[in-house]
Amino acid sequence: MRRLHAAAAAALLALAAGAALAEDETPALKSPGWSFDGIFGTFDRAALQHGFQIYSEVCSNCHSMSLLRYRDLAALGYSDDEIKAIAAQKQVTAGPNDQGEMFQRAAQPADNFVPPFPNEQANRAAHNGALPPDLSLIIKQRDGGADYCYSLLTGFKAAPADFKLGDGMNYDDYFPGHQIAMPQPLQDDSVAYADKAPAPLSQEAHDVCTFLTWASEPTLEARKQTGAKVMLFLLVMSVVLYGAKRKIWAEVHSGHA
Amino acid sequence: MAAPSSQKQNALVRWIDHRLPVFAFMQHELYDYPTPRNLSYWWNFGSLAGIMLVIMMVTGIVLAMQYTPHVDYAFNSVERIMRDVEWGWLIRYIHMNGASFFFAVVYIHLFRGLYFGSYKEPRELLWMLGVVILVLMMATAFMGYVLPWGQMSYWGATVITNLFSAIPGVGQDIVTWLWGGFAVGNPTLNRFFSLHYLLPFIIVGVVLLHLIALHQHGSNNPLGIDRKGPQDSIPFHPYYTIKDMFGLSVFLVIYAAFVFYVPNLLGNVQNYIPANPLQTPPEIVPEWYLLPYYAILRSIPSKLLGVCAMFGAIVTLFLLPWLDTSRVRSAFFRPVYKWVFWLLVADCLMLGYVGAHRPEGINIVLGRIGTFYYFLHFYVLFPLIGKFERPLPLPTSISAAVLAKHGGGAAPASAAMEKH
Repeated sequence: MRRLHAAAAAALLALAAGAALAEDETPALKSPGWSFDGIFGTFDRAALQHGFQIYSEVCSNCHSMSLLRYRDLAALGYSDDEIKAIAAQKQVTAGPNDQGEMFQRAAQPADNFVPPFPNEQANRAAHNGALPPDLSLIIKQRDGGADYCYSLLTGFKAAPADFKLGDGMNYDDYFPGHQIAMPQPLQDDSVAYADKAPAPLSQEAHDVCTFLTWASEPTLEARKQTGAKVMLFLLVMSVVLYGAKRKIWAEVHSGHA
Repeated sequence: MAAPSSQKQNALVRWIDHRLPVFAFMQHELYDYPTPRNLSYWWNFGSLAGIMLVIMMVTGIVLAMQYTPHVDYAFNSVERIMRDVEWGWLIRYIHMNGASFFFAVVYIHLFRGLYFGSYKEPRELLWMLGVVILVLMMATAFMGYVLPWGQMSYWGATVITNLFSAIPGVGQDIVTWLWGGFAVGNPTLNRFFSLHYLLPFIIVGVVLLHLIALHQHGSNNPLGIDRKGPQDSIPFHPYYTIKDMFGLSVFLVIYAAFVFYVPNLLGNVQNYIPANPLQTPPEIVPEWYLLPYYAILRSIPSKLLGVCAMFGAIVTLFLLPWLDTSRVRSAFFRPVYKWVFWLLVADCLMLGYVGAHRPEGINIVLGRIGTFYYFLHFYVLFPLIGKFERPLPLPTSISAAVLAKHGGGAAPASAAMEKH
């Protein structure tokens, strides 16, 4: 993955500097700043809904999100009726019924997101052998997380003249090896946001990455909010215990124990 | 908070104690238990390790209620814990980061023993039982890491079990036997789950032996000299109960910061990708706490010798009490060893760094130097330094040294003491 500058590799120096010495032709990831960063971070609900719209209209043509259920969308601010309507746009195979036959029915809130293809082979067959990965955990599956996905989505460009691109492949600044089977999925105004917000590429990438981060870790907000309380409690407890310790030990230190 | 004497105990306690002396035992081992008065904060890590073991077992038992040990369901059952089980994300992050913090605590505990000579007569068996616990912990942690059945789970299990194929003649048969098949698969996952649940209870057993051995002669101390009378000791309660609780609280602040704010920092992103036997991850690396051993393994070109060196690195720890020829315990009074100790710490950190990176270029050289030094340290420097080093004069007693406000070179933790 990474090569070390041979020259800079005095043993302890290398130890101290660690990965900083690593050389890589991939540029540093773009970091647009996220509402969920920091110890009090939360998900921007508008960005989540925008992101879900992008997923539904663009990404979901090829990428599944098998770990999510339609009911999870309540966290994005959708009402129960809206969620029922969103789910009902998809058909799932259910059954068998009393006659022993499988049948199609509209998806319900308790169903997992319906995948675009019935199985991996069908998905590969439609994509020249490449498999678009499931996006349920994509942010947790990549070093750099949301920054990486944002950089990738905004990092498509024409291959440099000296770069030999495979047949049907595309060039991306941030993809390992730069050759990616996915063509650039988002351009300016790829979607028309339901709330008429402007949709330049940077905004679309930002919104869909917010949505994907939520999908990877829907409990992030609960985690950070619980953390603040737990940290406060532990810090106060530490101070109190330190005082108690000082008091109890006072006589030992003065030599009278 | 005076310890309740047997006269003050109520009738029921006295009735029970007369037949089953649990209260007398607790009184003797937890309340009155005489402890050196000069223990520094480096001595907190033993009790912290015990508490980590309890935290890991409690969270682990709860996780096992929701986890499914089957190759088709394991990954998704863990994600279900993260998404749908009430507070499941918290329990799982506590357990996941707990493994790292358990090892961090135990490694500090171990190096404290190395620095202050806690393995020396009469504490050889105490030390060796500690090494047994470390080995059991490694096995438990390794098998636990396999359970989520991510990419690194699968490939880590493949690499580590394959080590046994280095055994001449029967190696491959042993590996097949370990796997329960011809590749890492469902039988492997099932037995790893079973053993991951079992081993902590065995660790508890060895911890009890460790504590019995400890209480036989009591704790070593930063001066490394024996206690000469009651003026050198204080009762465990309240002095060390409060000190341990304060230490625990500070420790929990750091632990909680990881659990709540960077729960995946110590993990590998590859393990959030479901196991795929047809796709090797770009790099197969163990968790940070096993990296130095991994570096030793990879530093030797021969597989068999590499495996021997790796296990040898741990076996060496058992021999420590007899490799060290110095009769002075504490490095405070060992002007040469004091420095060589930090070389070993640096060496282990360097091996950890090498283990995390591909064995190419300078990493190969560093890995070999690190491995060579590790064994040189224990088998050559340890015996020689003990013979030729001239130790500083030892204080006459712990209490004399404490009251003379022993110098700043003392345990960092004695900072609080020095203010008085």
